[in-house]
Amino acid sequence: MKTLEKTPTTGAPPREIPQRSAARYRVRRIAYKVVMYAILLGLTAIILLPVSWALTAALKPDLAPVFTPTPEWFPTEYWEWGNFRLVLTEVMPFLRYMINTMIIVTASILGVLISCSLVGFAFGRLRFRGSKVLFYVLIVTMLIPWQALIVPQFLLFVELGWYGTYLPLIVPSFTGVAFFIFLIRQYMRTIPRDLDDAARVDGLNTWQIFWRIILPLSTPVLTVCAVFTFLWRWNDLLGPLIYLDDGSKFTVALGLANLVTRADTPWNLTMAANLVTVIPTVLVYFFVQKKLIGGIASVGLKG
Amino acid sequence: MAEITLRGVTKVFADRTEAVHSLDLDVPDGKLVVLVGPSGCGKTTVLRMIAGLEDLTDGTIAIGDRVVTEVPPGDRDIAMVFQNYALYPHMTVRQNMALSLKIRKLKKEEIRRRVRDAADVLHLQEFLDKRPRELSGGQRQRVAMGRAIVREPQAFLMDEPLSNLDAKLRVQMRAEILRIQRDLEVTTVYVTHDQTEAMTLGDLVVVLRKGELQQVGSPQELYERPANLFVGGFIGSPAMNVVEATVTRQDGGTFVMFAGHRLRVPPEVLDARPGLAASDKPVILGIRPEDMEDAALVSESTPDSRISVPIDLREGMGSDIFLHFSIDAPPVITEDIRELASDIGDKAIEELDEQATERRSTLVARVGPESRASVGKHCEIHVDMRRLYFFDPATGRAIGDREAAPVPAAGALAD
Repeated sequence: MKTLEKTPTTGAPPREIPQRSAARYRVRRIAYKVVMYAILLGLTAIILLPVSWALTAALKPDLAPVFTPTPEWFPTEYWEWGNFRLVLTEVMPFLRYMINTMIIVTASILGVLISCSLVGFAFGRLRFRGSKVLFYVLIVTMLIPWQALIVPQFLLFVELGWYGTYLPLIVPSFTGVAFFIFLIRQYMRTIPRDLDDAARVDGLNTWQIFWRIILPLSTPVLTVCAVFTFLWRWNDLLGPLIYLDDGSKFTVALGLANLVTRADTPWNLTMAANLVTVIPTVLVYFFVQKKLIGGIASVGLKG
Repeated sequence: MAEITLRGVTKVFADRTEAVHSLDLDVPDGKLVVLVGPSGCGKTTVLRMIAGLEDLTDGTIAIGDRVVTEVPPGDRDIAMVFQNYALYPHMTVRQNMALSLKIRKLKKEEIRRRVRDAADVLHLQEFLDKRPRELSGGQRQRVAMGRAIVREPQAFLMDEPLSNLDAKLRVQMRAEILRIQRDLEVTTVYVTHDQTEAMTLGDLVVVLRKGELQQVGSPQELYERPANLFVGGFIGSPAMNVVEATVTRQDGGTFVMFAGHRLRVPPEVLDARPGLAASDKPVILGIRPEDMEDAALVSESTPDSRISVPIDLREGMGSDIFLHFSIDAPPVITEDIRELASDIGDKAIEELDEQATERRSTLVARVGPESRASVGKHCEIHVDMRRLYFFDPATGRAIGDREAAPVPAAGALAD
């Protein structure tokens, strides 16, 4: 009862108690932040360790040992920046490889966005005969292991005369990717139907509804598809390995693999190449992370 | 601007439910017609068929002189306001309003002028460059109106446009819609389940029930001469009281008897309802709460127009008092009454069943604020005998002059 009486509901405002608790609150908040930042900094350091190790390794001259019993990183005594120039242009034309990979990646993203958004729109928002059956067929294709397709696809593309070109790496994107179609369909289904009705009353036809209403509203899921395509294509080793035989058309993944598989691996150059190829991925993540996280969250939640 | 004509309009959905049954309706040029009824009565389906968003199973729809049954929505020259507004989230207010004009390839200056004019009418000037999610519910509603206005269409179609607003804003927007409709004189079809909205907005009110037309008329007509029990119960708030009663000739007069009470039916009421004349006829008697009054507040009250009842509940509303009292008669339970109760909610049905087992029904009287009636005591309630309603227990139809033609012919509706 006493405590109840002490907390005044009316009358003169009590001065001491709130001040003291406010001060305590401030201290606790600062302490919380300090601990939080310490943990985060620690975790960041752990993640950055291999990267910094790679950087010091990339900066070593040819004869300096890379795999030392205790790993070496900063502060380092070697600053061979020339390794980057070597790997980008001379020993291996990684600059060329990066441009090659960019071509494949860009074309693939374009293909995925065009084909998957159209098919996803049809499955998600149009009513037509057999749509369900077709959709199930599409889902079933996701269950076919890709290993089973390598040989028939290879034969097909050789038959078409596309061996040694980028076409086998690009064209399949334009024919749709089942998983992305599924994602886009699920997302588009969550957009209210009333918008279609409003658009139809406003005089839009189906194509205009797709282009002006549904597509702009689907940017989160389209971002997810674009970024995933970027990652898959950028890191893809097997595709280029199978279809490319001309060194000038190699991709970064292929270039890296070739560096390592040589008998005498130049680890300093390999690390330099590694770091360079990671840069675009980091940049992409940096620019789209907000949209990407939002996109994955909304795709997951609404789908 | 044009009139809208529906002939034999029928809608059967893929699951074979018949949402609308052979509906004939004329929406006169420049008038505001309200389609009203409980949920599931088909009112929204009718609106969507007029808009072209729903195919007709049978019948024709004409806007002006043009039969539009097969015309796509965008070419019907109509504009629609949706319940949840259906604004395009990724576009600014200006783009939302301009889209339909852009699709129609109007000149840029013309689009700009129309959007500006609509924004002036709706006080939206400062919001033109905002996106819908930055706006309040009332502002979004106005944008939805604006999107309709810029079209300068033959007709407005509105699907419960106010149901997502809070009560106060709803009253305000209701007045706004009425003002705009009067100013522009555009033929408007307005769908709502709220009878107050229907009564305050409509030049004509169309009452639907389970896809069937119940009655068409001015709000006053529906209130004073409901064609059947359903319309009687639906229009008016609080709802009309109904009891089972018999009409008998006694002591040289005609009386209506229920639950031990006896009320004298004035000759003019009988004259107006030839169907009542038969002796000992069971009827359903309808008395509106506002047609009852505390007898102490009525000077010319006679014993033949009073009932003495125990008061169960007294609700002061400021301007009036609602007196709830029960009488010794089972509640009237017809299909119409059930439908009305289910529209209010499950609780209303439970209450109805409870009253049926107890064989007591509750009535409500709306009396003057000076009434001194108190809970637990008996009170003399005066009934305005000129304003009684009589319905046929078998059909639910009003007994009297409208019995012959409960639903006026469609052609007669056009002004």
